[in-house]
Amino acid sequence: MKKLLATAAALALGAGVASADVKVGMITTLSGGGAGLGIDVRDGFMLAIEQSGRDDIEVVIEDDQRKPDIAVQLSDKMIQSEKVDVLTGIIWSNLAMAVIPGAVAQGKFYLSPNAGPSALAGKGCHENYFNVAWQNDNLHEAAGAYANSVGYENSFILAPNYPAGQDALTGYKRFYEGEVAGEIYTQLGQTDYAAEIAQIRASGADSVFFFLPGGMGISFLKQYADSGVGLPVVGPAFSFDQGILQAVGPAALGVVNTSQWSKDLDNAANAAFVESFEAKYDRLPSLYASQGFDTANLLISAVEKADVSDADAFREALRAADFDSTRGDFAFGPNQHPVQDIYAREVIQEGDVFTNKVIGVALEDHSDAYAAECKM
Amino acid sequence: MSLILVIEQILNGVQLGVMLFLMAAGLTLIFGVMGLINLAHGSLYMVGAFAAAAVAGVTGSFLLGLVAALVAAAAAGALIEVTVIRRLYAADHLDQVLATFALILVFSEGVRWVFGSFPLFLDIPAALSGPVTLPGGIEYPLYRLVLIGIGLAVGLGLWWLIERTRLGIRIRAGENDREMIAALGVDISRLYTLVFALGAALAGLAGALVGAIQSVQVGMGEPVLILAFVVIVIGGIGSIRGAFVGALLVGLTETLGGVFLPAFFGLFTDPATATSIGASLASMAIYVLMGVVLVWRPTGLFGVRA
Repeated sequence: MKKLLATAAALALGAGVASADVKVGMITTLSGGGAGLGIDVRDGFMLAIEQSGRDDIEVVIEDDQRKPDIAVQLSDKMIQSEKVDVLTGIIWSNLAMAVIPGAVAQGKFYLSPNAGPSALAGKGCHENYFNVAWQNDNLHEAAGAYANSVGYENSFILAPNYPAGQDALTGYKRFYEGEVAGEIYTQLGQTDYAAEIAQIRASGADSVFFFLPGGMGISFLKQYADSGVGLPVVGPAFSFDQGILQAVGPAALGVVNTSQWSKDLDNAANAAFVESFEAKYDRLPSLYASQGFDTANLLISAVEKADVSDADAFREALRAADFDSTRGDFAFGPNQHPVQDIYAREVIQEGDVFTNKVIGVALEDHSDAYAAECKM
Repeated sequence: MSLILVIEQILNGVQLGVMLFLMAAGLTLIFGVMGLINLAHGSLYMVGAFAAAAVAGVTGSFLLGLVAALVAAAAAGALIEVTVIRRLYAADHLDQVLATFALILVFSEGVRWVFGSFPLFLDIPAALSGPVTLPGGIEYPLYRLVLIGIGLAVGLGLWWLIERTRLGIRIRAGENDREMIAALGVDISRLYTLVFALGAALAGLAGALVGAIQSVQVGMGEPVLILAFVVIVIGGIGSIRGAFVGALLVGLTETLGGVFLPAFFGLFTDPATATSIGASLASMAIYVLMGVVLVWRPTGLFGVRA
């Protein structure tokens, strides 16, 4: 197996930070169909470590191949033989559920750069688990709020038939106030949506909400555009990230999607991030890259304040979230999940590149529906 | 549920069916003639899609992309036949599964190495994009009608090739008794390479045609491969006619099941439960179909061997 041992050496500017070395274990998806997401998280994370110029953070990176059993093996190995202090990197909620409860129970910190399953946000929350991205429902809730704001009254909604898909439709309906013209669960990994599109056409809906991450979204959008149905579409950013948009092409133009980050968010940290990411990797960053970057900066902010061997102090330092997020304002709620603005973005074309532009705020200072159940 | 919707869904089922046929035909041909279980068939589908996307991206011509898909998949097929598959004919089916599974991993990482981890863009040619209105006021995407047409034409062409040409006679002879036709002076290893390349080209063609309306990405072949295996088991392993009938049955069951089962449960439960039960049952429908067919005819609809 490929093992990358990346030590952020570079120009440590001397001036005495007396803390001991911090060892970070990153378990993420670097091969197979979902590799684009893991690669973006890794690249964003390593960019922040490199920019910090610190030589006391060591990162061990391993590929989970999107398989829960492999992720568990890797986490055991990292905890027992690599003796890492902090774990991070997991993209998928099912892998997160397999790894995180065990890791935090052994006293390790886990910083999630992507997955935010509801089970870990409510009753299953843990003092050593921090989510730096979102709770899974958040972007769907924002899509529901956006649908209200533009006056959609009869949405057709669809998502794959697995836990995150069910959370998506629940999240949308939690905020959306109109009627539901139809509700469909598709198969996970489905590639042909002709049957669903025909139902949308026959349903008399005035809008479509869909959550189809990755390749499923590409297929749906291309087929939807070709079908001539033409109803407005809204969805979470997972089908519209920078890695996917080029493959969807013109079919995505004008579609509104919700995200906690966008490359044109107007703050200094974000401008610097977008510019340096593009310079280093020769592509535009995606929201996953921004999440990896923010996760690393959160970690660095805590390392600056406290020694990781003093778990209570380190945890307090993490909770303070004292770093410049690419999202602008960022804070943790009581369940250590983000409280943040979620934006509505529109897909536009810049030259021959498809990308997103912020058109408004869908939900301000949004937390999640499970925070109250968390007893920490 | 209106009649228009039902007809539209039947068209969708037929379209899925003929694309599955392109995959299943190659798979069943290779199994019938050489007795080989080729798990890497889905990788050839992916190779076709990537070749089409790359060439169409550079030249702007979808037609050139299709040609590239045929050539690339056939070449990849011939290459693995000569280097790997040839050593497996005498081997146990389990060894074949193991070796061709290894080929899946090699192809996936190879394609990623060449094209990167992000999906590629391949669009429908402008002349074929958008919907057309069929008699009865049904709006249906033109490209999908073209896919149905191409699938049927390929099916007809295969029938002609196997029933009416000299190559077809050899293929059929090879299915029945490989030692005998070798003894009669037919260069059996060249015949095998040819059949393998033909099967690969069909998979590549399917990949390129479907890639235009789906996502061209690493691993795209495996879900289709599973369906194609269901098709050939239903149709009878080794039978092209069986593959055709099986593909249409699976395409229609998959599409209509996904639409009508949730609607059926909607008659007596609340909508949310109905969609989730219906969707779960719909994803089992083709396997139930396979089970029923196998109980009725253990060798599949048109199968001869057990």
